[in-house]
Amino acid sequence: MAIHRYDNRLGVWGWLGGGRWGIERYAYLLHRLTGLAVLLYLLMHTVVTSLRVKGIYLWTEGGFFHQPIFRLGEFAVVTAFAFHAFNGLRLVLVELGFAVGKPIEPIYPYKTSVGVQRPLLIAAMLLALVFLAVGGYNFMLGAAK
Amino acid sequence: MRNGTKYWTWHMAAGVVLLLLLGLHMVIMHMGGSVHLFAPRGADAVSEANSQWRDSKICFALSYILLLGVGLYHGLYSLRTILLELTLKPAMEKAMTILLVIVGVGLFGLGSWAAWAAHVVALAGGKG
Repeated sequence: MAIHRYDNRLGVWGWLGGGRWGIERYAYLLHRLTGLAVLLYLLMHTVVTSLRVKGIYLWTEGGFFHQPIFRLGEFAVVTAFAFHAFNGLRLVLVELGFAVGKPIEPIYPYKTSVGVQRPLLIAAMLLALVFLAVGGYNFMLGAAK
Repeated sequence: MRNGTKYWTWHMAAGVVLLLLLGLHMVIMHMGGSVHLFAPRGADAVSEANSQWRDSKICFALSYILLLGVGLYHGLYSLRTILLELTLKPAMEKAMTILLVIVGVGLFGLGSWAAWAAHVVALAGGKG
């Protein structure tokens, strides 16, 4: 069977239109954005931390990345990681068929499975918030020094 | 597992490994104030002394290499997926895939070399 290629007319702008998909669609958008942010950080982080071989520790006291603006950036990375990781865990579970309910006959009025998945999203976000709260507490400890 | 499905499965598996490894990495590096783990040389978990202490342990050197490999695969494969959604021309898709592989392998090489070299330097008690 031939595979047809379709033009993605909307491009990345299509990410923004959640329509009637509910909050999970916006979780999808945020998952992509946080993933790209963490990837960008990883690429830079790999280069910066590799410099320690030459005795260059840019993140320690007196180093370039020890400035308050980068501390804020560090917290942003923790935030992005917390959301991406726990939402990603939810996506893996959904992909494997967990927490999506049993298949039912499509009889009118139709029921959406999105409502069945909602508790998993709430649980994932609560876990992310707990992780973020601990990270925020540490961030404030660091700022208070 | 045809048409690249296996790469998607690896991508998901890499995500679960990342959740554990990167989660631990975040706890050690960014939550040192309340969860003081693997940082015996002072309160600051990311100080030079604590970084060198971790570098001297082979399990940390190996975990950095594993974390980097898994992270690069998961991240760059995701980026490729996003870019492929834009339905680029086949030649462009191929060039982009090759570029991402080069970036991934290059950074993995740099990071792995650095993790191992830092381990050797830390064992020798030097600053590099």
